[in-house]
Amino acid sequence: MNEVDLNDICREVRCDILRMTAAAGSGHPGGSLSAVELLVGLYCKKLRHRPQEPDWPDRDRFILSKGHIAPALYAVMAHTGYFPREELLTLRKMGSRLQGHPASMRLPGIEVSTGSLGQGLSVGVGLALGAKLQRKQWRTYVLMGDGEIQEGQIWEAAMSAGHYRLDNLCGIVDRNYMQIDGNTEDVMTLDPCADKWRAFNWHVVEIDGHDMEQVAAAYDTAASTVGKPTLIMARTVKGRGVPFMENVAAWHGKAPSEAELAEALAHLAATNQ
Amino acid sequence: MHNWEWRLCRDGFGEALLELGEKDERVVMLGADLSESTRALWFKERFPQRFFSLGIAEQNMLSAAAGLALAGLIPFVSSYGVFLSGRAWDQIRTTICYSELNVKMAGAHGGISVGPDGATHQALEDCAIMRVLPHMTLVVPCDYHETRKATLAVANMVGPAYIRYGREKTPVVTAADTPFELGKAYTMRAGDDLTIIANGYMVSQALLAAEELADAGIEARVINMHTLKPLDTAAIEKAARETGAIVTAEEHQLIGGLGAATAEVVVATHPVPVQMVGIQDTFGESGAPEELLEAYGLTAADIVAKARIALQMKTKS
Ligand SMILES: Cc1ncc(C[n+]2csc(CCOP(=O)(O)OP(=O)(O)O)c2C)c(N)n1
Ligand SMILES: [Mg+2]
Repeated sequence: MNEVDLNDICREVRCDILRMTAAAGSGHPGGSLSAVELLVGLYCKKLRHRPQEPDWPDRDRFILSKGHIAPALYAVMAHTGYFPREELLTLRKMGSRLQGHPASMRLPGIEVSTGSLGQGLSVGVGLALGAKLQRKQWRTYVLMGDGEIQEGQIWEAAMSAGHYRLDNLCGIVDRNYMQIDGNTEDVMTLDPCADKWRAFNWHVVEIDGHDMEQVAAAYDTAASTVGKPTLIMARTVKGRGVPFMENVAAWHGKAPSEAELAEALAHLAATNQ
Repeated sequence: MHNWEWRLCRDGFGEALLELGEKDERVVMLGADLSESTRALWFKERFPQRFFSLGIAEQNMLSAAAGLALAGLIPFVSSYGVFLSGRAWDQIRTTICYSELNVKMAGAHGGISVGPDGATHQALEDCAIMRVLPHMTLVVPCDYHETRKATLAVANMVGPAYIRYGREKTPVVTAADTPFELGKAYTMRAGDDLTIIANGYMVSQALLAAEELADAGIEARVINMHTLKPLDTAAIEKAARETGAIVTAEEHQLIGGLGAATAEVVVATHPVPVQMVGIQDTFGESGAPEELLEAYGLTAADIVAKARIALQMKTKS
């Protein structure tokens, strides 16, 4: 698939995220919208996986460490054939496989349940160590929020990945500069963020996280980097694609109303020229 | 049915913190990226110098609170109960409780009524893992007023304390002037046929259950056990002796919670049948709060059903 097609998918995924959270009446659109290209670029282009056979032993592993953006992951999974798209509208409803935060015991294709921030990269370290020990070729990807990496455990994981030179591990930070209480640099300064990862012996690639070409190239770089884990520092915009949500902290964890949904969908449709 | 007003417990917490901040300059607050939801924001806006934003880093926040306590301040920390009690448990245990440091913790989002966020955000084990800690004071207030009073009360004592309440509005079943004393159970309704001991949101359900039982000629005593530690063992023993059967009700795992704590006292003092309403060793899931409360057996009807079993056991023995 070329970048143009992928951008079409991104637009559809954005529409799905908005429809899903609106139907649920709750959820996290802001951080979902900022990670769309990162997820679509991975699931549609890079990840070696079989959506019809989610437990295929040789699959690449993906962990959504920032579990609150489950709507984005579910939408991308539906697009790649893990389950029917109609199921998306059951998000957060009683009995649904699409829990508010990804639940591995309910939905095939989810490697591990997440939602408590800061733990996913450590799981990635374990997977990557396990793959190396057993001489497996599959790779592990972990998507983190930038607020999330304020958790100390992230840096414990970063240290161990650097120590073990886990070049089969790729971390992605959705650097949207926003968390619930506002700008990350006001809440708890992260910059110089990329330098921190370098200091922990990671190979760091800094990209525009909404540019599909750069996203795809970054995943390729990660795969060809030897002797170091790779960290993709993706500069993004929280709420990307919906003007009234962009860079507005309040849209972190709030569903759009019917009117807001209509406005957002109309805007996304208009950008489809 | 009652015409209860429904209000947020966290509003009671937030308002108490403003009162405390006004009265005592030593009161400080720490937040972990949930300021608005936990109402820490109100304190931050009124006393910006005394609010510390620690980012999404609960373990650091709890140990930093320990340091502030050592420096002579009275730190309050708040987050969602799962992350506060669970993520930072070792920090709370060894740094705060073992050293008996004056750190006050407020765990929001307790219980299954947290709703659509699902299991990851529904604190169902927090009372058990806080109750087990030596030196800890643990309060599970039932409504807005009681949360406010509990917050003021823990500020008035020296040592670690944890207050636990839910996300959603709960029925206001106490009044602004209802007495509140840490460690002292409050009897909400008199009765001698059996006793319902409840805390948190389940106090309202216990009152509704007692009314339904009264319609059937059964007079239930209702005890609001707002302080889970130190537990009012005298009130439990008295209830066992005087009513001969007990039902407990909590929005928490049965293992290690109010029911277990009550049973520990009952078997050691005056053994009588004890039936428990609570979460039965399972995680929660996404859903609307009312749907979940019903599906997981946390309604007045569930209390009534357990009451009938307890009464049957009582007459047999
Ligand atoms: C351990 C833990 N603490 C707190 C939370 C509550 N929480 C959920 S999302 C969030 C903010 C996340 O910000 P960020 O990682 O930047 O995510 P994004 O901007 O991509 O949405 C917080 C504090 C949590 N889920 N887990
Ligand atoms: Mg962010």
